[in-house]
Amino acid sequence: MVRITFIDIEGTVRPVDGEVGSTVMETAIKHGVPGIEAECGGACACSTCHVYIDEAWREKVGPASPMEEDMLDFAYALKPNSRLSCQIKVTEGLNGLIVRTPERQA
Amino acid sequence: MDEPIKTDVVIIGAGPIGLFAVFELGLLDMKAHLVDILDKVGGQCAELYPEKPIYDIPGIPFTSAQGLVDALKEQIKPFNPQYHLGEMVETVTKVGDNLFRVKTDQGKEFESKVVVIAAGGGSFQPKRPPIPGIEPYENKSVFYAVRKIEAFRGQRVLIIGGGDSALDWTLNLAPIAGHLTLLHRRSEFRASPDSVNKMMALFNEGKIDLVFGQATSLAGDGGQIRKAVVKTTDGSVFEIACDAILPFFGLTMKLGPVADWGFELKNNELIPVDTAAFETSTLGIFAIGDINWYPGKLKLILSGFHEAALMAQKAYHYVYPEKRLVFQYTTSSTSLQKKLGVAPAKVA
Repeated sequence: MVRITFIDIEGTVRPVDGEVGSTVMETAIKHGVPGIEAECGGACACSTCHVYIDEAWREKVGPASPMEEDMLDFAYALKPNSRLSCQIKVTEGLNGLIVRTPERQA
Repeated sequence: MDEPIKTDVVIIGAGPIGLFAVFELGLLDMKAHLVDILDKVGGQCAELYPEKPIYDIPGIPFTSAQGLVDALKEQIKPFNPQYHLGEMVETVTKVGDNLFRVKTDQGKEFESKVVVIAAGGGSFQPKRPPIPGIEPYENKSVFYAVRKIEAFRGQRVLIIGGGDSALDWTLNLAPIAGHLTLLHRRSEFRASPDSVNKMMALFNEGKIDLVFGQATSLAGDGGQIRKAVVKTTDGSVFEIACDAILPFFGLTMKLGPVADWGFELKNNELIPVDTAAFETSTLGIFAIGDINWYPGKLKLILSGFHEAALMAQKAYHYVYPEKRLVFQYTTSSTSLQKKLGVAPAKVA
């Protein structure tokens, strides 16, 4: 299991365990983490699973793909550390990952 | 006022379930008009993930979302469904026994015996961009859609976005607007390369301005925008004077007007129905597909197909109150095959 911590705009911290091979979005939905909508169900087609990657983790998580960048155009309150959580695969290397959810998704 | 369009059934939503409802209604001789806010049929399948695979349609091991929509369109062709695209149903009113008035935001009116709500996750509506204080300007000088090009003649127009809508309107409004600025957060555009090339040509000819950055605040008065403050990707901040802003940040699903049609919604977003016919608390109004709720509900396309079939059986009695419905199979019924326009199977 890979520990992923979601922090919302209010500062509420929600640590949950993700399965290797699933995505950060799926992990949030499975554990009922609020603030992630994932309207399109993980197809990289809507930008409503937008998260901010903690600075300490940005390099490990890596940049968005061109397709994801296209979708990020539509995200609310974009920042340089913005990613779509459906496009981040859970790996052993991400154990301890911290992401923040935005004020709103759309 | 124009006479309303009279029909047996109005289907609200032209996603896969709305489309298949035409088939089930058609087999039972009921004519349907479909209304959808999108400019194409297929709902989420067409708008959100047309190229994504679907593996759980019975008998079809694999198809794409758009492939399923195309196949459904083909399947319902014999019933000549009437599409009203780019229109949102605003009101559904019971005006008599088994008689409803359905009105769209474009002022179109229908009169039908049955209404089928197949609106999925609600209506796709433009996303509000993340610019603080934009609300007072909306529909006054900030527009999420262009209805009349002429309204922008001579105006200083700021278009925000990098997709097809932003680029298309940049190209269309450049000759009309007094001055046009296209603002996008990065130098890559997701719009089609052809549009991007045409836009770059306009920019190189000095006919439009192109700025890479994000709008951070707005200024104006009484709903009339005067300027936008823009922070560019290299960190500099400046103002763009403008009379109108057109932000194109894609679409999001909102329940929309359904919330005001008098149903006791489950979790504020789903219409409760019975499981005998998927009928709502208002007899004659049905809800099928992702928008309905009943114990055991699964949001699957196949569940919606089943709901459409049962809905049609009950709807028949509203459309043809004096007739008796005889249950038939498409495999063996010559009358159903006639409706489908296929030759009856030859039996050796």
